[in-house]
This record gives sequence, C-alpha cells and structure tokens, in this order.
Amino acid sequence: MSVTTLSSPILAQRQPNWLVRLFDYKPFLIVMCLAPAIGLLAVFLTYPLGLGIWLAFTDTTIGRKGEFIGLENFQYLFTDPLWWNAVFYSVLYTGIATFGKFALGFWLALLLNNHFPFKSLLRAIVLLPWIVPTVLSALAFWWIYDPQFSIISYLLVDVLHWRTSNVDFLGSPWPARFSLIAANIWRGIPFVAISLLAGLQTISPSLYEAAMLDGASSWQRFRYITFPMMMPILAIVMTFSIIFTFTDFQLVYAITRGGPVNSTHLLATLAFQRGIAGGELGEGAAIAVSMIPFLVFATLFSYFGLARRKWQQGEAND
Amino acid sequence: MTDAVAQASVAQTAPDTMAWDSGLRRLMMIYLPLGCFVLILLFPFYWMAITSFKPNAELMNYREHNPFWISSPTLAHIKHLLFDTAYPRWLWTTMMVAIGSTTLSLVASTLAAYAIERLRFRGSPYVGLGIYLAYLVPPSILFIPLATVVVQFGLFDSPLALILVYPTFLVPFCTWLLIGYFKSIPYELEECALVDGATRLQILRRITLPLAVPGLISAGIFSFTLSWNEFIYALAFIQSGANKTVPVAILTELVTGDVYQWGALMAGSLLGSLPVAIFYSLFVDYYVSSLTGAVKE
Repeated sequence: MSVTTLSSPILAQRQPNWLVRLFDYKPFLIVMCLAPAIGLLAVFLTYPLGLGIWLAFTDTTIGRKGEFIGLENFQYLFTDPLWWNAVFYSVLYTGIATFGKFALGFWLALLLNNHFPFKSLLRAIVLLPWIVPTVLSALAFWWIYDPQFSIISYLLVDVLHWRTSNVDFLGSPWPARFSLIAANIWRGIPFVAISLLAGLQTISPSLYEAAMLDGASSWQRFRYITFPMMMPILAIVMTFSIIFTFTDFQLVYAITRGGPVNSTHLLATLAFQRGIAGGELGEGAAIAVSMIPFLVFATLFSYFGLARRKWQQGEAND
Repeated sequence: MTDAVAQASVAQTAPDTMAWDSGLRRLMMIYLPLGCFVLILLFPFYWMAITSFKPNAELMNYREHNPFWISSPTLAHIKHLLFDTAYPRWLWTTMMVAIGSTTLSLVASTLAAYAIERLRFRGSPYVGLGIYLAYLVPPSILFIPLATVVVQFGLFDSPLALILVYPTFLVPFCTWLLIGYFKSIPYELEECALVDGATRLQILRRITLPLAVPGLISAGIFSFTLSWNEFIYALAFIQSGANKTVPVAILTELVTGDVYQWGALMAGSLLGSLPVAIFYSLFVDYYVSSLTGAVKE
C-alpha cells in the first residue's frame, strides 16, 4: 500500500518529460557533466600549451603573424648569454630555495607536531605568508631590502654595531640573488610545514613506542621511522615545490624585475620581458618552452627518486 | 623560566624521568625555535602594517624615531590611497574577478568530480588523472600563448578574460579536492535514492551536494584566495589602469618615479592582503584541510 503511494507520483512525473529522461541517460549525463571542465581546460590550457610550442618555432611579434622558422629561436637562445644566465639563476634559485624550504619547513613541522598551548592558533599564524598575495609580501621585502632605510641594515649597523655600512641587498648581483632566494624561502616554508605536518600526524604513535622500547634514540627514531614514513608525501610536496619555484615569476618581477644588470632574471621573467614587454612573442615562447625539459626532469627526479622507497616497502602504487 | 629551571632540576634529581620531558630542554628545543619561526614569518607583515601608519618624516628618520614603533600614527597614506588613486576600483575589480572565476570553477569542477567519481564510466580514472596533470602546468609557460588566445577572443584588457582563464588552475585543484570528498560519501545513500526512483541530477542536488558542503566550502575559499593572489595573467592581459587587479595595480601604478612612496605602497599591500586574511581567519580549518587533503589525495 505504502509502496504504491510513494512511487506513483514519481512515475507520473517521469513518464511524460523527455528532458528529465534525457538527463537520466548516463552517457549523456557524463558528457554534460564533463563538458564545462574539459571545455575550459581544452580552450585555455591544452590549446595554449600547443600554441606556445608552435609559437616557439615562429618569428611572431605582437601585431604580426609569424612564419615558421624552425629552430632559429632556440639557436639564438643558445648563443645568448642572458638566457644562459637565466638558466643558471633558475637552477640555483630552485636548488637553494627548495633545500631551504624543506629543511626549515620540515623542522617547523616537527616543532608543530609537539603538544603545547595555542597550537591551532600557531598553525593558523604560520600559514599566513602563504595566504597573502605574493606580490604584496614581495613589496614588503623590497622595502625591507631598501638600500638606505632597510630595517635589517639598521639592526646590524645601529643596534648591534656588527657592520659600519648599510647592507647593499639589491644593488649588486650576488647579494640580490640571495636576497630573492631568502624571500622565496620565507614564502615557501608555510606550505611545506603544513603539508608535512599533515603527513607527520598520520604516523602511528605505536611505531615510536615500539622503537623507544627497543632503546632507539630520538635521532634514530627520526631517521628510521619519521623520515621513511614521510617519503611519499615528501615526494609529492617536493615535486610541486620544485615546479612552482622553477617557474616563479612574481617575487623576482616585484622586487628586482631581473636587475641589477639582468643578474636575477629567472626564465619566466626573461620570457615576460622578451615576449610581452618586448613584443617578441616567438622568442618569449621559446624561452617558456625551454623550461619544459627542466621541469620534466625535476619532476621525474623528485618523484621517482623519492617515491621509489614507497614501492620497496610493498605499499600500493597509487 | 624559573618554572622550567625548577623542572629541569627535578629531572636531574630523578633519573627515571626521561630527558625529553625536562622543561629546560623543551624550552630550548621547541619554544625557542618556534618563537624564532613565528617572529620571522610575521615580521614582514608587522613591518608592512607599521609603515602604512607612519608619517613620512618618521619613515625616513631612524635616528630620532625608533623604527619599530610609531610616535605619531597617521592615516594619510590610506587616505591618499582611497581618495587620490583608483584603489577602490581595483579592489572592486579584483573582488569581481575572484568571485566570478571561483563560481565558474566550482560549478565546472563539481560536475566533473561527480561524473568521475560517481557516474563511473570506462576511462574515468584517466580523465581524473588528466585533470590532475593540468594542475602541474605552470602559468609561466602558458601566459604568452594565452595572451594571443585572449587577443583572438577580443577579451584583451577585459576582466572577463581573467574570469575565464583562472579556472585553468582552479578547476584541476577543485576537482581533485571534490573527488576526495565525494569518495567519503557512502555510495549506499545514492543507491537508496536510485531504488526510490530519483534521477541522477536529483541525487546530485538532494544527496551528494548537501553532504559535500565542507568540501565545497574548502574548494571555494581556496579558489577565491588563489584568484585574488594571481599575478602573471593579470599583468599580461590587462593594460588600462582602471581594469587592473590589486596586486598588479600596486606594482605598476603606485610605483612611480625614483622616490618610492613606501607609506602608500605598504598601505596598499596591507589593504590588499586584508580581505584574504579576514577570509582566512574565518575558515582556517577549511584551508588547512583542503591544503593537506589535496596533497594527500
């Protein structure tokens, strides 16, 4: 009795309306559901990616359709000291910044994994540099690195008397390079720390208890439990971090715009300078495309180099 | 401190207590480094805030005024920003772009995640993987060809271009996050509804979506933050001063001449950071869960 009263209104509603039936037809529904996402990604991601590779082989400029010129752009780049300089700095920047971020971020994650009052508040505060727009915090760093009124110089010269002259952070190549790396590390620590903290919290405490019963020191507990257990998540976070550090743009563009004397150009800022500001779309695209091999290599290296351990432990390969 | 020392001495007198639990050691190994981390991570914001309220005379004179404090706070920089520049307009544009692209990507990725996780067709894991891989394509590689695409579509210099382009990095992230959330909803609930004669769309609207609200909030606030912070596309696609977003406008419109107006620049940065910071403080747990959830998936 109750069954008929329940189902009849639905049946009455369903039978005549062909639109409802169409939307209940699974293949149609699948296509409709995937269409917006796939459409957006195809038009604004896959197509530009292909177009970018095509542009790299043409001499397109802003306002003029280019012609296919083969490898000329790349041949030119290989003889261009500025490009080599950008490659060098991109690799240096990624290498040192990634190392710094992971060393300090891992340390911070281990610290946050302890029990102390106001833990969640502290975790929230720590994530702030990652939430705030990079360009805006980069401006704060620019001001902190000011040649005359740098607060760091003030501390070193007037308060601590360690130096007699102001630090020239951004005026000459090497200090500028390291100043930018420091700012990048500052910005990257929170992401690494919070991601790794999530990984740390999944490690079962019973492993540590067992190790302590066996007399393992705190270093041994870190080396033989924490570190191996963190490998899979470390691999993923590091892959992400390397990709987005290598292709970083905002920080360098905001603080030095590639200067002094083009010493702090990353490949991305060089591509912007040539491609958009200079109008040489083809050459800019070639610089952007030249990042791809580095990215693929870095991704494979960090992913397989670190994730291999996970397979050795016999876990599912997901 | 005295408490810590007292505890340390207790630990020494009682050999049974493990060294780790001693207060002094705890202070040196945990609180001190933690304090340094917090100090360094927060200092640029403190510096930003304090600079925005300092009068110019104090800003450039460390001899007579302590640079870490303000003797006579002023609202001049903020007033200059709000009334002499197009700052309110930039804020408005940024807000509209962030809301528009967030809505667009939420709709697209909810549907996609539902199709991949719940409608399960042949090859759905590969579609999921493809969308995930799209997240690994950095904007720095795409902005030059995208600029020509935007010009082709006649959208150059229009905020609409940003609304359409931002989903390229928002959709992969949101889809991946929502797939994880949909996975956690028991499939039996949907089967019950199917047996009762509900259509697929009814199931999505009445059962799956209400249960996935935390995931939707996470994806939404995350997308909002990411699009608020986006820089390179906004820099490359927007030319006219009025249509710029806050991060681009501060860097290109406020940085003028040789003498930088640090007060105004920092005030602009502070005001531009506040909306996301407030948003963040309201939804901290969602941020942390989406950040870590996306990494773990």
